[in-house]
Amino acid sequence: MSQLHTVNKSPLDRGALESAVNHAMKGSAILMIEDGVYGAMNGTSKSSIVSDAMGDISFYVMGPDLKARGIDEARLIPGIKVVDYSGFVALAAEHKATQSWL
Amino acid sequence: MSEVKKFLYVNRKAPYGTIYALESLEVVLIGAAFEQDVALAFLDDGVYQLAKGQATDEVGMKNFSPTYKALGDYDVNKIYVEQESLDARGLTLDDLLPLTYEDEDDDWAEKDSIKVVSAAELAEIMDQSDVVLSF
Amino acid sequence: MKFSVMVSEGPYTHQASDTAYNFTKAALENGHEIFRIFFYHDGVNNGTRLSTPPQDDRNIVNRWSELAAEHDLDLVLCVAAAQRRGIADADEAKRNGKDADNIAPGFRISGLGQLIEAGIQSDRLVTFGD
Repeated sequence: MSQLHTVNKSPLDRGALESAVNHAMKGSAILMIEDGVYGAMNGTSKSSIVSDAMGDISFYVMGPDLKARGIDEARLIPGIKVVDYSGFVALAAEHKATQSWL
Repeated sequence: MSEVKKFLYVNRKAPYGTIYALESLEVVLIGAAFEQDVALAFLDDGVYQLAKGQATDEVGMKNFSPTYKALGDYDVNKIYVEQESLDARGLTLDDLLPLTYEDEDDDWAEKDSIKVVSAAELAEIMDQSDVVLSF
Repeated sequence: MKFSVMVSEGPYTHQASDTAYNFTKAALENGHEIFRIFFYHDGVNNGTRLSTPPQDDRNIVNRWSELAAEHDLDLVLCVAAAQRRGIADADEAKRNGKDADNIAPGFRISGLGQLIEAGIQSDRLVTFGD
């Protein structure tokens, strides 16, 4: 069973997303929550952090946090799955442990 | 016999600018009494927590770095420090506090608690952990 | 699954307490058990009953107290962190020579051992912080 990693800050603000991607094993999952959802947007100077790792790692983003910030799902990096809080719970249950990259 | 879990305490923040370094150490010390399989990880700015020569008189804060030296006495001796994080900060093992423990299985020989590991090795350690506490 | 949650930041300043609350509610709605919610660092500030937020926004402290009452949740404030930040129950206030206590309903103050125990006894421990 692999780990779930959560990232709650924008990659243009903190290095947490990059660090999480650099330490997540193949087959693990990264969930972007709170301000971390900006890391899911396509066309930013940091989008490649996620797009380069797509396939090795499963990426998820919190729908409620996207909506709160007015981010249209059409602007997300292809391959990222949008989840709600039930989805977050399910991810935490499915993975062995949850590591928060604060 | 109750299950022993692999606990990993992840430290990624510098000391003094925020309280996380100090308060995470307090968790480690209390946690030591629970006889779990404990390891500490220092990466990103967390490596600064282990820097030698911390002198806090002029900022008026408590210098808690001596507490790291006590970890060995609490049977906390798996202290992983990431090579890439040291390199990015121009630090080497010599810049860090010499943390040691006495190995009861080897005639109480004094050994180094700090193991410098690569990001890939640290990723494995993180992946193997049952409970990860991030501060 | 048996979940425990660590809340590492106080109400309003960070989204941590909100996300933790929403996660906890979703876990309960999906039939999971919540072993403990442990408040550490500034998270202990979620446990003051003196909070008076604006009427047109969520009341974070009361929300936690109400969820705890509804589901018999164990909301624990770390004693060391609470002492540092001035959150006290009647016993702590007396013990530390303070003229008042301020703990909100549904919360209790206890040691860091409760966090470690939560990690040992739960299937999953999720942390919400800065």
